[in-house]
Amino acid sequence: MERLVVIGAGMASGRLLEHLFEADPGAYRVTLFNAEPRGNYNRIMLSPVLSGEKSYDEIVTHDEDWYAGHAVTCRFGERVIGIDRDRKVVVGEKGEVPYDKLVFATGSDAFIVPCPGHDLDGVIAYRDLDDTNRMIDTAPGSRAIVIGGGLLGLEAAAGLRMRGLDVTVLHLAGHLMERQLDPAAGYLLRADLERRGITVMTQASTRCIKGEGRVEAVELEDGTLLPADLVVMAVGIRPAVALAKQAGLTVRKAIEVDAQMRTSDPSVFAVGECIEFAGQLFGLVAPLYEQAKVLAATLLDDDAAFTPKQLSTKLKVTGCDLFSAGDFAEGPGREDIVFRDPARGIYKRLVVEGDTLVGAVMYGDTSDGNWFFGLIRDGTDITDMRETLIFGPAYQGGAAADPLAAVAALPADAEICGCNGVCKGQITEAIEGGATDLGAVRATTKASASCGTCTGLVEQVLAVTLGDSFQLPVAQPVCGCTDLTHEDLRRLIKARELKSQPAVWQELGWTSPNGCHVCRPAVNFYLLADWPLEYQDDPQSRFVNERKHANIQKDGTFSVVPRMWGGITSAAELRAIADAADKYGVPTVKVTGGQRIDLLGVKGEDLPAMWADLNAAGLVSGHAYSKGLRTVKTCVGTDHCRFGTQDSTGLGVRLEKRLWGSWTPHKVKLAVSGCPRNCAEATCKDVGIVCVDSGFEIGVGGAAGMDVKEVQPLVKVATEDEAVEWTVAFVQLYREHARYLDRPYKWLAKVSLEWVQQTLGDGAERKALVDRFDLSQTIYQTDPWAELAVREKARAFAPIADLTLEAAE
Amino acid sequence: MNWIDIGALDDVPLRGARVVKTRVGCVALFRTAETEIFATSNTCAHKGGPLSEGIVHGRHVTCPLHNWVWSLETGEAQGADEGRIATYPVRVEDGRILIDGARLASRSAA
Repeated sequence: MERLVVIGAGMASGRLLEHLFEADPGAYRVTLFNAEPRGNYNRIMLSPVLSGEKSYDEIVTHDEDWYAGHAVTCRFGERVIGIDRDRKVVVGEKGEVPYDKLVFATGSDAFIVPCPGHDLDGVIAYRDLDDTNRMIDTAPGSRAIVIGGGLLGLEAAAGLRMRGLDVTVLHLAGHLMERQLDPAAGYLLRADLERRGITVMTQASTRCIKGEGRVEAVELEDGTLLPADLVVMAVGIRPAVALAKQAGLTVRKAIEVDAQMRTSDPSVFAVGECIEFAGQLFGLVAPLYEQAKVLAATLLDDDAAFTPKQLSTKLKVTGCDLFSAGDFAEGPGREDIVFRDPARGIYKRLVVEGDTLVGAVMYGDTSDGNWFFGLIRDGTDITDMRETLIFGPAYQGGAAADPLAAVAALPADAEICGCNGVCKGQITEAIEGGATDLGAVRATTKASASCGTCTGLVEQVLAVTLGDSFQLPVAQPVCGCTDLTHEDLRRLIKARELKSQPAVWQELGWTSPNGCHVCRPAVNFYLLADWPLEYQDDPQSRFVNERKHANIQKDGTFSVVPRMWGGITSAAELRAIADAADKYGVPTVKVTGGQRIDLLGVKGEDLPAMWADLNAAGLVSGHAYSKGLRTVKTCVGTDHCRFGTQDSTGLGVRLEKRLWGSWTPHKVKLAVSGCPRNCAEATCKDVGIVCVDSGFEIGVGGAAGMDVKEVQPLVKVATEDEAVEWTVAFVQLYREHARYLDRPYKWLAKVSLEWVQQTLGDGAERKALVDRFDLSQTIYQTDPWAELAVREKARAFAPIADLTLEAAE
Repeated sequence: MNWIDIGALDDVPLRGARVVKTRVGCVALFRTAETEIFATSNTCAHKGGPLSEGIVHGRHVTCPLHNWVWSLETGEAQGADEGRIATYPVRVEDGRILIDGARLASRSAA
């Protein structure tokens, strides 16, 4: 009988021994080492143990009787400290064991983020029963922080939550389980977890763990401090290869084996998570079992070879139904078939390439997962079933869903027009009374006669009520990714409280995975305007000018425009601008129509350094590139002019200081003239104020671009404070209601000046608008130059690498 | 093939891009998904716009100058526009981005 020593009692080695004893019980005398003080158990069932659905005894796969029955010498709780391959002995803590054949089944170790404080008491991994018990022993009501939003981390979070702990998950990437799920499915998973009371923070990078001896809090890179009693690290696993390395076996990312599971030493084998085969590592249980079978055959001198198979993952984060298989990245040559049912929280996405299915991601309803996986694995030609593929194997045909059904199903007292408080019943009555088109409904009920965002709904009520005799006008959708208009999109973002891009894609049924260059900037603006605190601005959804905070020119260089408040500057500022122009070789220096100075022809990589220089002189970004507040042009007013009636310069500076940094649907330009001679040309600005003896005349909706528009009179007020209040409230109303890329005059043409006057005329509403604007400014009124000129951000402006020298060698 | 390590995956923002200077001109690296990178010429075949400054959506980029949309996979112009930009072999390994230096050198020799 040969002597076989197995190091590690995990799932792979348990299965190996079963196969071995079954095929030839008398072939080997086995010694089994395990660092844990227990034998083989089903590690993937630790989650139910944590949540309390199972006990440890229920997940034991091999008990004492089994080991005794097969004469296995168990050395549990004993570490192997070395291997002498020349003498063929394994050196354990309690003595040596000679072998003829040796199997490494050392599995993997949890990766611990080496941040300061990772060794504090109360910081644990989630790998074995001891870790699990540690979590179970933490008192309900304690605060647990799970670092890592992958499968393991989420299992830990779900289990801890079921034990009554207050759980927060920190995840580095933008969405949960980013390796297995696309952003839409990640969003649904997050929503599910949040419904269960788990807090999820994405793009959360841990800086350090704080505490005196034991953990007290986790500090994030952005400075956020999260109090904690328990920290679970679940950021990933690393093959446990220290022992194999020390024994001199070939180890790359893991212990290298051939298809027979043999390592670089013909008497030594390896199986499970600790191996590398053809450059691949293995973490799921199916290939591990396959390897165990192959190794058992090899040990008995039978022919067998391991071939990795394509894998599907049906993921079970207790109660969340997820499935992913194949390759689900999209692209041309590849087509997506997407099915979203927002009401039931279902998302299915199939990726088709040519005549075959290559990938699938599903959330909420994964019952057809295995069928899709079969199609992927077998490369089945799906041409004939393509039309109905997404509905799965059971699909037997049926009528197409009626898009108007939802409107038809609304009760009569459902509110359609929020501005004027008109419900569906009133509109139906009006239609029956002879108002058979949109104009007539507006005239009779006032529905959609104000802000206009419910126009689509009113038209649908007309269509439902009148049937075929009403032709639904074809509204212009935002882009090819959706059928929704901008108005519908804005209304739905507010009404359904959609606060992230994946939420919009999923809940509103976007047909592309992450939008396009047309819809993404619009959606980004709507989200940041409606949810300034909850939504995080996405630079990658902005046009280059707003991402680089400079205007791109036709030759790829940029222009730099510092802000000059109300057009006022100083000798020191002018000197700093001149110095910057010299230092960075600026070819053109031009005075703009907005009363400031434009430095044109700056190289992209020089921007951060130039900004830092200008910042040092007290200058900030002029946002000359943004859909946001541009300039407030002024004349010199009472300061110097003999005709000046008010301090127009002072008011201009005050307005610019209040409004700068805010994002708006399109650019916004202001001007303040000190008298009706209007030297600041206030009557062709988005907001233009003309000072008169008795106060301030505020006009809105002017423009001097492709269209030339004179302002319409909004209101006349007596004091400067009122002028500021009305201006701020107007800008906020525009931010909340206008469609992306509509200047105020275009928006006013849709909603009417009267509605704006009426809304702003209500003192309480005006104040609420100002409050909302100021709240948004607490987030967005920052100088982008100062933010981006810091070293780590500035690096992004330079090439990631320069290969011109390397290639020359 | 001559794989050159040019930087960390995380140095390229998700749905964003960075530039590599090479002897064949600037090459743009696009990160279309957590672990997916494409490399193409940085120069739009239409009017020379810097593609790395464009909006990245799906496996496409839109040129910031005149909104031409390019496939990052095939280098083909999308929609009604016609044209092609060079694409380069690139891969991601252990969080690092590797580009095929042989390909960049051979093109310069041609």
